[in-house]
Amino acid sequence: MIQQFADWLVYGLFGLDKTTHLAQSINFFFYDTVKITILLYLISGLMGIVNAYFPVDRLRNFLNTRKLYGLEYFFASLFGAITPFCSCSSIPLFIGFIKGGIPLGVTFAFLITSPLVNEIAVAMFLGVFGLKATLLYVSSGILLGMAGGFILGKFKLEKYLDPWVVEIQKASQKESENWQTENLSFIKRLPQILKDSWGIVKSVFIYIVIGIGIGAAIHGFVPEGFFEQYISKDNIFAVPIAVLLAVPMYANATSIVPIVQVFVAKGIPLGTAIAFMMAVIGLSLPEAMLLKRVMTLKLIMIFFTTVALLIIFSGYLFNIIL
Amino acid sequence: MKIKIYSMGCAKCDRLYQIVQEVVSELGCACQIEKISDIKEMMKNDVLSTPALVIDDKLVCSGRVPDKEEIKKFLNK
Repeated sequence: MIQQFADWLVYGLFGLDKTTHLAQSINFFFYDTVKITILLYLISGLMGIVNAYFPVDRLRNFLNTRKLYGLEYFFASLFGAITPFCSCSSIPLFIGFIKGGIPLGVTFAFLITSPLVNEIAVAMFLGVFGLKATLLYVSSGILLGMAGGFILGKFKLEKYLDPWVVEIQKASQKESENWQTENLSFIKRLPQILKDSWGIVKSVFIYIVIGIGIGAAIHGFVPEGFFEQYISKDNIFAVPIAVLLAVPMYANATSIVPIVQVFVAKGIPLGTAIAFMMAVIGLSLPEAMLLKRVMTLKLIMIFFTTVALLIIFSGYLFNIIL
Repeated sequence: MKIKIYSMGCAKCDRLYQIVQEVVSELGCACQIEKISDIKEMMKNDVLSTPALVIDDKLVCSGRVPDKEEIKKFLNK
């Protein structure tokens, strides 16, 4: 249906010739923009509903009041994926978890997954690569957070936290529900949730358009197999190179997914492309700067190295199984 | 009325500060708006996600930017 709309608009209304690169690029642009906008609205609405019932405060209580026998890594990571993430929230969250007595490793699990999997990236992935690739991306993001949190938890890194954070951790209390949020019925809440998800769509719409625009432009003009000359499938170092290039870079998911799409369309294996994307959105210099306020440089290096290695590993794994 | 905005300085946080200022001047109420970016202060009040809006020491909203109507409702309580 959306394709018909794009065809009608570009070939019919604009009267462009179907066989030209330009017309194909414009068609692709309209099709993707409409599709992704609808998906983003639906997914952020869905996540809004989950969050209304299970905000982070509640997750924290859930994690520190129950014995979960290792499953706490899974829950922390899962909710990291569902929670809408703003990079600057990572600091209060991190400290808040520590303060609530949640182990450092479990906190890391949340912190790793949260930026990796978010509603915008999921909507764009679904629109661009389809269901199977999206499930793969989401589940690997969650697994990565679990593995990263578990490994970092085993390292006994508490001593590398900033001294004032260590103090907080020592004084941590198990129960801390000071704020009471009001309980409204679902029907009363729904309009606000939908309004919020519309707000998300509105605020990122321009970036979606720019991202897809760039993607569409490259899509129509870059020849097949173009990138393969540089990062070929057989090149064993392709994944680590892609990840190392991506770590210092920062782009939000909105602008990176259409570019990743072009990579894949022009011959780069999906695993390499996902690894690249995860490193771009999950690890970045701005995030390191923020974390510097609560961690020593050494801990940040250990954190980044562990996550980068895991991303590289998952990139190889995808390239093998896909 | 004392309004506190907990912010880490991102675009969302700035947006909340701006909207609250607009609402306050529209309502013409004698409110004191304070912007707090100190993490230790945030932890004292147990703010987990920013931007967070606290009115008279009660957390009314966190992790998202409410719209004007919602803020007016918070203020009228």
